[in-house]
Formats: sequence, structure tokens, C-alpha cells
Amino acid sequence: MTLRIFVPRDSGARAVGADQVARAIAIAARTQGVAPEIIRTGSRGLYWLEPLVEVELAGVRHAFGPVTAEDAPILVRSLTQDAVHPLALGPIDETPYLKRQTRLTFARCGVINPLSLDDYRAHGGFTGLENAQSLVPERIVEAVVESGLRGRGGAGFPTGIKWRTVAATVAPQKYIVCNADEGDSGTFADRMIMEGDPFMLIEGMIISGWAVGATRGYIYIRSEYPDAIATMNAAVTLARNAGYLGPRFDMDVRVGAGAYVCGEETALLESLEGKRGVVRAKPPLPAYHGLFGAPTVVNNVLTLAAVPFILSEGAQAYANFGLGRSRGTMPIQLAGNVRRPGLFETGFGITLGELVDDIGGGAASGRPVRAVQVGGPLGAYFPRALFNTPFDYEAFSACDGLIGHGGIVVFDDTVDMAKQARFAMEFCAIESCGKCTPCRIGSTRGAEVIDRIRNGEDRSSNLKLVTELCETMKLGSLCALGGFTPYPVMSAITHFPEDFGSGPSQIAAE
Amino acid sequence: MHQQTSWNKNRAVEIIRVHLGKPGATLPMLHAVQEAFGCIPEAALPMIADALNITRAEVHGIVTFYHDFRAEPPGRHVLKVCRAEACQSMGGEALAEHVLSKLGVDWGKTTKNGTVTVEPIYCLGLCACAPSVQWDGQPIGRATPAKLDRLIDEAVS
Repeated sequence: MTLRIFVPRDSGARAVGADQVARAIAIAARTQGVAPEIIRTGSRGLYWLEPLVEVELAGVRHAFGPVTAEDAPILVRSLTQDAVHPLALGPIDETPYLKRQTRLTFARCGVINPLSLDDYRAHGGFTGLENAQSLVPERIVEAVVESGLRGRGGAGFPTGIKWRTVAATVAPQKYIVCNADEGDSGTFADRMIMEGDPFMLIEGMIISGWAVGATRGYIYIRSEYPDAIATMNAAVTLARNAGYLGPRFDMDVRVGAGAYVCGEETALLESLEGKRGVVRAKPPLPAYHGLFGAPTVVNNVLTLAAVPFILSEGAQAYANFGLGRSRGTMPIQLAGNVRRPGLFETGFGITLGELVDDIGGGAASGRPVRAVQVGGPLGAYFPRALFNTPFDYEAFSACDGLIGHGGIVVFDDTVDMAKQARFAMEFCAIESCGKCTPCRIGSTRGAEVIDRIRNGEDRSSNLKLVTELCETMKLGSLCALGGFTPYPVMSAITHFPEDFGSGPSQIAAE
Repeated sequence: MHQQTSWNKNRAVEIIRVHLGKPGATLPMLHAVQEAFGCIPEAALPMIADALNITRAEVHGIVTFYHDFRAEPPGRHVLKVCRAEACQSMGGEALAEHVLSKLGVDWGKTTKNGTVTVEPIYCLGLCACAPSVQWDGQPIGRATPAKLDRLIDEAVS
């Protein structure tokens, strides 16, 4: 039997040498007279072990990592001689990091060749689509409603309700738009899906199109993701040639141009229409008046990627996971200064502390974890005191935070929280679309005021000023960029007052 | 390494024609123009405006709105350094300072000999192997000053 070796082609793995490893393995194998089949997969999401090589031994995939090109000759020799290699991690499915997860959306990621339709079908792909085929559109929509799926992009709006609205709106043309403008630092789950299991996203979009009566779809991918763009383009062509895409529903990949604000759905629609990515006022909602004025479903990659499971295994199977009004699983992304960064998909309800300390293993630097930012650059910074917060939409919003797209960026005790607050304002100034004054100008003024605080100029009145400014930005901005920048700023001030040069009591008094 | 050709009107006409039929053709068109010429040449603006039936001011507005589009062609290599939070937590700022001082340029600028352009980028999605950069479109994670020095030195030599 041919020896099968799996090496990721995920850009996160390529970033640390996966291509060189794949080449070195092929050369070492040839030198040693073995002819393995080398299969390039997505990533399993155990990034601290990347490049993570898997070898199929007696039908079980064994992991080795992190492998370098220099390790390849000895690795190949150990396989032919049945010796234990020092980088051997045992069967991949038995690794604690994966074993503790509930992988519904990421079940195939890192397992299959992302551009093999045969692999996809062999691992349950297109079952949801086949089931949807026998359902009237209303039943597809109701299945998504019953699953409790909420928008995974950050806003957490119930997906089924959005679909119901679009389905009920009569129009000659409707659209499905997949928001793949994953701009939040600390998030990479969309990228992993597009690079590792692109047909699942295509399947989700087709089902969505059937459900609401849309015949056209677009995936808007950020230009910072060249690998994801290439893989999605190839997958769309393969799916079209195989007859999955056609007159009933077809789609194209569109590429962003470096504007963070285009991750906001109305700015994204403007950009797709070929304009500046300026946010639209709502109403009208995109569900009524979206792309080119037509009723449009705008869903995040992870939202659409969850749909095939719901249609193949049933709404209840999905809703069985989770907590309260947060049903199903959330692909959480551990990033930054953390010992075991990666993708951790689990039912809602796990606490922040479990994620950071237990699963993530604390800071990569070995120093104490001081703060974590959850939900991207517009998410709040959490101190250790709030590590008992369960990962759930409502619990996070009760702590003046958000789970956003599920990214957690870990910082050790060397972090300067006043600097982080300043960066939040600076980022907002760089990325503001300019429509709302509090966002466009407030962010620049905010950075200046924080500079004054950091310089020790009239701290208490400047802290008061920045607090008022945050209030204005929150209330006076149309979208989450201006509206949520106050989250990182105010959470830094509230939870880490010592970094702003004042004791907790002084802040509380104001 | 970037392959750019100098301004060629016929080539621009052809690029515009290929993309014109697409709904919302502006971004695909601009990407293709930049791919061909390394930037959006001034001379392309009225042509795009005509093709899309919008004003030159509108085209200018669109081009300048998006961070990706350049007014000048970049150096032979483009180094994009992530400045976002996950990379900050892993020393990304010090790494960026190292690169800028080694090359003697500021953000968005090209070295005097035209070898490298350094651009800021806000997240490459490589947050689990931070700090990260992108070198001519290729991802580089767990970046260190030594790793980037090697890349730059090879490019310069």
C-alpha cells in the first residue's frame, strides 16, 4: 500500500515552512527508495505544531510536528524502519487539543485535499445539499431558524430570520453575499475554511440561494488573503464544471482592496458595487435593499459554512450544542502571545479562563497573562478578573464586551494598556470610511487625548474627556467601527487604570 | 518579485474591456490595472472614468479610498508588515522598527535603490504564528529580525 503523507498548504503552515517540508519529504523519500503519496491539506489549526505532518499508519493518521525541512530525511527513515521519531505526537485524533473540541464546521479542515471533490463527498460533503434538494425553500429556512444559528461575523443576528425576510421579499433578482473580509486581528477561521474546505462554503451558499430564491452569489475576500482567493477561485471553477454551480445558482469571487471597514456589510455592498466602501444608513436593511438594490443575504463565512451540517444532520443536532440563546458551536481562534495558538471549535459556554490558560496554555513568553482582547480590534480587553465569563453572546455583552468573530488575542504582563487604547483610536482613524463625524474626527482627537494622558498632562480631565468622546462615538456612528472602538478604549481604562497613571479609585470617582 | 511593465495605453484599453461587462466592475478593473503596471497610473484614470461612465473625481475618490491602490509603482520587492494587535503582542512593533531602520525608509516608501517597498498591513490572518509579514505575496510567520535580514540581504545582493 502506498504510504500517505499529509502536509498542510494552509498559509499559516506555509508561513512557517510547510512548502519546504513537503519538498524535503519528497526528496528524502526518493533518496530512500520510497514513493509516498504527498497530499496537501488545510490546517488542523494546531498552529504551534505547524508545519504539522501526518502519516497514515495502518489506517490511522499519526502526527509529527513542528517539522522542519532538515527533519525530513530522518522522519522518512523512521517511517520505513518503524522507529519512533522524536517529533512523533501519536494519532492526531487523540491529541488533547483536538479531542476536547466539537468540530462540526471544522470536521474536514486539515483532513482532506481542499480541492478534491471526491475527498469532499467521501467525508460527507454535499449531503446537506442533497437533503435540501428534497425540501421546499420554506423548510430550508425553517431548519436554519430552528438550529438557532446566529451570524458568526460578530453581530450575532439570527440567520434564519434574515433568510426568512429575504425569502419573503419579492424581486426579480436576489443575491447571496458571503462576507469573507475577515479583517479582525486574531481571527483566521474564515481563512482556514476557504483554504482548507472551500466546497463547504460553496455548498452553504448554494443552499442559502435555494432557500431565499437567489440565483447569484459573491464571496468578497480581503486582498490580504492571496491563498484563500486562489483556493476559492479554483474551487468555484471545479464546482461549476461538476455541475454544482450553474443557472440555478452561480457565484464569483471578488477581492477587496485593503479597507477594514468593508467588513461592515453595507460598506461591503458598496465596494462590491464598485464604489468607495462607505457605510450605508440602515434602514433599509440589505435583506430588502442590498446589492444593486436587490434583496440580499449577507452572511459571514462561518455562518454559511455551518449550513451544510444543519441540513445534513438536522437543526436539532446543531442546536444541541451551546448555551442559552447561543446555539451550536463557535470556532474560537486563540492568537498572539499564547503557548498553543490555534483553532478551537466548541459549543458555547466554555469560560474565557479555560480557553486562555487551560487550552491555550498561558502566554507563549512564559510570563503571566495580563489581558486578552476578544472579538478583534473593536472588542474589549478583559483582565484576569473576568476570566470566568462564559463564551456566549449575552454573557460577553453583559461585561461590556463582545465575542465578535471569535478571536482572542493574548497579551502578557509587558503590555501597556494605554498604548493599546491609543492604537484602537489610531486604527479607527486609519480605517474610518469618513461618513460619520464622531468616527472620522473623534478617533484622531481620541488618539491625541490618550497621548496627553500618557504624557501625564492633566490626566483626570483628559480621562473624562476621552470617556465623553467614547460615548459620542458610540451613539453617533452608523456602524461598528466608530460605534465599537470605545470598547477596547474604555475596557482598557476601566480594567487597567494603573496604566493610565491613576489609581482605580480616581476613575471610579469620575 | 514584481513584474511590471511601463505604461502602455493599448494594454490598459484591453484590461478595461475585459472587466467592463462585470456587475460592479470597478475593483476588478483597478486590481487588474495595478497588477499590470504596479500602480494605478494617472493616465488610466480618465480611461476608467469613461468606461464606467463616472467622473474622474469619482474614480480618484475610489482609488484613494482603498489602501491597496498605489499612485507610484513599488520597488522590486514588496514587504508588508503586520501592525495589528496579535502581532503587537508578539513583538511586532520592534520587528517593524528593525525593518524600517535597516532599510532606512518610512512606511509606504521604497528604498533609494528601488529594491524594497515597505507597507503596513493590518492583519494577514497569520495571528497564530505572529509576528507575521508578507514578502511578495508569500506568507512569513514567527518572523524575527534575523529571518527578515536574510530575506532583505538576499534581495539586495
